Amino acid sequence: MAVVTLQIDGHVVAVPAGTSLLAASRAAGLELPVLCHLDGLTPVGACRLCLVEIEGQGKLQPACTSEALEGQVVATNTADLRQWRRMAVELFFAEGNHVCAYCVASGACELQAMAVAVGMDHSRFPYQYPLRQVDASHPLFSLDANRCILCSRCVRVCAELEGAHVWAIAERGRHCRLVAGLDQPWGEVDACTSCGHCVEACPTGALVHKDDSTAEKQPHPAPALQRRRIHDQPGRPDP
Amino acid sequence: MSRTVIIDPVTRIEGHAKISLHLDGEGRLAGARFHVVEYRGFEKFCEGHPFTEMAGITARICGICPVSHLLAAAKTGDKLLGLTIPPAAQKLRRLLNLAQICQSHALSFFHLSSPDFLLGWECEPARRNLFGLMAADPDLARAGIRLRQFGQQILELLGGRKIHAAWAVPGGVRSPLSDGAKAWILERLPEARATARLALDRFKPLLAGPLQREQQLFGQFPSLFLGLVGVDGEWDCIDGQLRLIASDGSVLADHLNEDEYASFLAEAVEDWTYLKFPYYKPLGPQAGMYRVGPLARLNVCERIGTPWADAELAELRAHHGRVVTSSFAYHQARLVEIVACLEAIEQLVVDPDLQDRRVRLRGSLQCQEAVGVSEAPRGTLFHHYQVDDNGLITRVNLIIATGQNNLAMNRTVLQIAREFIPGPLAAGAEIGEALLNRVEAGIRCYDPCLSCSTHAAGQMPLRLQLVAADGQLLAERSRG
Repeated sequence: MAVVTLQIDGHVVAVPAGTSLLAASRAAGLELPVLCHLDGLTPVGACRLCLVEIEGQGKLQPACTSEALEGQVVATNTADLRQWRRMAVELFFAEGNHVCAYCVASGACELQAMAVAVGMDHSRFPYQYPLRQVDASHPLFSLDANRCILCSRCVRVCAELEGAHVWAIAERGRHCRLVAGLDQPWGEVDACTSCGHCVEACPTGALVHKDDSTAEKQPHPAPALQRRRIHDQPGRPDP
Repeated sequence: MSRTVIIDPVTRIEGHAKISLHLDGEGRLAGARFHVVEYRGFEKFCEGHPFTEMAGITARICGICPVSHLLAAAKTGDKLLGLTIPPAAQKLRRLLNLAQICQSHALSFFHLSSPDFLLGWECEPARRNLFGLMAADPDLARAGIRLRQFGQQILELLGGRKIHAAWAVPGGVRSPLSDGAKAWILERLPEARATARLALDRFKPLLAGPLQREQQLFGQFPSLFLGLVGVDGEWDCIDGQLRLIASDGSVLADHLNEDEYASFLAEAVEDWTYLKFPYYKPLGPQAGMYRVGPLARLNVCERIGTPWADAELAELRAHHGRVVTSSFAYHQARLVEIVACLEAIEQLVVDPDLQDRRVRLRGSLQCQEAVGVSEAPRGTLFHHYQVDDNGLITRVNLIIATGQNNLAMNRTVLQIAREFIPGPLAAGAEIGEALLNRVEAGIRCYDPCLSCSTHAAGQMPLRLQLVAADGQLLAERSRG
């Protein structure tokens, strides 16, 4: 097995060739902030929080989708990076309608925790207040598009773990949105097996159990994707 | 030329308001208006949200009485789910509401109103507040603050936080009472009882002395009274059914079904205030004026059901008659209700049901419209939701306690102003401090929560304006 050796924040790390910079950083004991990444799913580099500086490269690279290469000198925690990360989180908040006060995921929300972690006490960008809908047509779960950050963890977990391919990101740019089936009400999508993996994988309160109310969503047991079945949960009806 | 006196902002109440006194061409008092000048629009922006989130959303209407909205929303949710919640959940919700009423009444009496009685009306406004009370009577002030803390701490012990704990949910509550919480409540109850005793002992002698005039002056008029009563007509704060009585004590309507509130309650709207004017529909907006809150609850019930509170109620009735019609008695009613809450908490907290783990049921949507009702500290609170097939809110109507007292508050302001402006007011005449104090205190009897009543927020200083018949502002005093 080929091994590459590189420097991350001054630590010399040797990892198997093909390892991502995110995994290499973790091997060096460094935890990078992530929102779209979930161990076990294909990385996509959507959230831009794990951006790192690589010596000799003019632009920042997402650690989750960048391969660790021999001799690289990588910085993961510079003042510039902290600034960009905070800005990325501010943009998430400005782009959607994230009201922690009554959100189902408050206390278990990875976006909320990230805001605290990056020191975001307000957004410097004007809130967009987009008009978005709640899709509660599924008998067990609901999708609140106001809280979706388009991380695509649900898309990937549904495709890669459950094989159901219910979710997709539709449209372009600021019109991007999560859709079920062929942009149908979720409850009408035959492909959905009601496994609940998407709800478990969602980092915010966008995908939730319908009968949960404010601050009742359970935190994701990252890094391992919890594979509990819906009917194993006390008090929940069988799917 | 007629004119108007405006008090803006009104101080030591929860929210933001102003008062205007309107004079006719001869300078005689022609009318008085209590204006609520904020708007938040909760009923509109709740639309499109799942009904399961309504408890969390509506609790944010107010930081003083979020529990009231939480309970009304949870009860409405129970009905949408077609659930009869477990007995443990019913009792735990009751405990939560008792603690809430206790802390809110303590806030109203000790923090907001008692400086008027204990420091005197003529005490300068800068000192006539809780800090003035702390300087004059630190033991009483400290006891009052700790009584409020007692109630607040129970809210935290049950719900995890003092304010905006989303603990009551459709189907029940989230957790039972812990051993530690039970022990804490039992340990602190004697001190809370002693504080209630102290407040009653300090307040009641004033009624026969320096506060006699206020009792006749502050909202002393006949009206209807609305509140929940238990199955045997006893005092209730969360379950039970609605009863409406007249000021002669006759029961006008009993066992009113909250689902049909629109058949017996109507809301009038005026263009000079964001606060609506609910009234008893069959009698119209004039004769249908009714009051809610602690005084109304004591008026509509047969008895309270605990010994000390019943003795206090008997004393109140012996002084005023079976139905107490002076709004100044709201203060005493609050103290009686504090006693009622403490006694009820004492009985409830040792009930083993409170520690039963079966506190919540889950279910699916059974109907598309429901009304939930609970007694907030300030009176009866209605939450009315309509939802679509998937449980998303399509329409919300909230009828808030303070709103239901709106007609009475306006009438109270007019009654007080008539006393202090008996004849024509000369052009350019100063608005006296005595009027300013009494008008403000008249409103304060109702402990209005304007954040709730308009579903609006803010601090509440006082502004009073004197306005001529042609709308010209003649004089203005403000404080806060």
